[in-house]
Amino acid sequence: MEMTYQRLDDEVVIIVPTGMLGAGISPEHVRRGIEQGAAAIAVDSGSTDSGPSYLARGVSKMNREAVKSDLLVIMAEAYSAGIPVLVGTCATSGTDQGVNWTRDIAVEVAKDLNIQPKIACLYSEQDKETLKQKNKDGKITPLAPKGELADDVIDSCDHIVALMGPEPYIEAVKAGADVVLGGRTTDTAVLSAVALMNGAGSGPSWHAAKIAECGGQCTVHIRKGGVLMRVGKEAFDIEPLDLGNQTSPETVSAHMLYESTDPLRLTEPGGILDVTDAIYVQADDRITRVTGSVWNPQPYTMKLEGARSGSYQTIMIVGIEDPHVLANLDAFHDQMQDLLTQRIASVFAEETSDFDVSLRIYGWNGTSGQPVPAGTPPPRDVGVMFVVTAPTQDLANRMAKSCNPLFFHMPMPGHIELPSYAFPFTPADIPRGQVYEFVLNHVVHVQDGLELVRTGWVDLKKADDMERTHA
Amino acid sequence: MPKVKDICRHVRTKNAGPFWVTVDFFYKDFDTYKEYKDSEDLGPDLFARLFGTDPTSIKRIPVDSLHMVKVSYVRPNAQAWKGERDMHSGQSFARLLDIDVRPSTSGGAV
Repeated sequence: MEMTYQRLDDEVVIIVPTGMLGAGISPEHVRRGIEQGAAAIAVDSGSTDSGPSYLARGVSKMNREAVKSDLLVIMAEAYSAGIPVLVGTCATSGTDQGVNWTRDIAVEVAKDLNIQPKIACLYSEQDKETLKQKNKDGKITPLAPKGELADDVIDSCDHIVALMGPEPYIEAVKAGADVVLGGRTTDTAVLSAVALMNGAGSGPSWHAAKIAECGGQCTVHIRKGGVLMRVGKEAFDIEPLDLGNQTSPETVSAHMLYESTDPLRLTEPGGILDVTDAIYVQADDRITRVTGSVWNPQPYTMKLEGARSGSYQTIMIVGIEDPHVLANLDAFHDQMQDLLTQRIASVFAEETSDFDVSLRIYGWNGTSGQPVPAGTPPPRDVGVMFVVTAPTQDLANRMAKSCNPLFFHMPMPGHIELPSYAFPFTPADIPRGQVYEFVLNHVVHVQDGLELVRTGWVDLKKADDMERTHA
Repeated sequence: MPKVKDICRHVRTKNAGPFWVTVDFFYKDFDTYKEYKDSEDLGPDLFARLFGTDPTSIKRIPVDSLHMVKVSYVRPNAQAWKGERDMHSGQSFARLLDIDVRPSTSGGAV
């Protein structure tokens, strides 16, 4: 049955071209969104998903070329349409240096395109002394499973960022920004900002942003590009950017569940989105309409994320097809674990007792580390990964080297000569680098969404005028 | 007795921030959901046993409209600790598939 799509009155249209800047954006998709009257292009560029290393080091998970390629598409289309581009959580973790890294790419893109955008940079990395003062004033509170925050935990972090809400983006766009590059921001805040600014309903704006946060993941064909958010006062519609893609009430509502511990309520800076009474209906073959989303304003809080760097690891890998080992993998694991631990303890007795040896047998129970059910037949082949963790890279490397002969040759009952397991590399020991950890799960209470945020500007039009004046 | 994989059309696990893992049980249909959604075999003790989590920290939210139950538990060690084997906890679901499940009303240790 053909359904006739009726647009929402007073809709604000936002293009969400991808779930992650650098994943690839189709210019046709963006143009189609602009034809539909889009007020902005908004995209997330970060996540804690890939672990604490990116925040601790302040570097991007996505490579520079991929980020540049996507910025080229959206900055070109947005500039000619006269609408702003908003990027949230620049360079994976949204540190100040991550914002500046993205800013330098954006400036290069502008030069390549011969355009002169006004670029706003929003910084939300936090100074340790400021946070200690906030903590002293009782303005930092823990989220489960963490407890009260100690000052030495703040001091131990390499970088601490606060998650911004939409307010700094709205201020920047109002001040004339063509491109807004944000530090750490909630995925939903960067996508909802321009809808909220233009008077769309708070419940629909935040809910639409939650649904669109991973681009096409809320659609039927999740690899066919991003989505359009059409946000009205009381409802919103989600439409795939690709004409060959669809959404359904199932694909849209299921996304509320994603990576979140509560499928019905989402805590954001300045409020809680409650979708308990939301109703999802098919608006036409491709578009899903949602009503009943509620935004409950709360005292303004920003979540803090902090990461620190710790010990170092060195790894070794062997492959094993030897039936004497495969028939007794648990015994092999335990014997190897004991011998390697004793070996390091005795060789390094004078230097340190701070080390950890871990063996993971892939093809048996390497992924879980849990006991295998009794009666499980032996596999054809396993890979064994050795991981040693120590206070320095040099120590971890030397400990691995001391384990090399045993890891390579340890005999099992039934062996008539010393076995040699299959090393794929030489040297066999591979320095893996540092272990990083997230240590904060706290919120800071602030007056408003701007208190802990700093804004910097790069006005290429002015810079261009200046160059001409001085030429 | 049916197993989780017999009563659910899909089970998935994923990190929800560095300190939590969230499990989505999508039941086959509404009747199956109604019959098994409160089964004690899928209670806190199961997650303590399989994943080493503190059973008192577990959050459990059934969603009638989607025939699904979301269970979230605290990771015994935060994401990326030195003994990490699954950064995104994306493979943890596999340990749940062969768990035997009795209907909600028929008991099991509380």
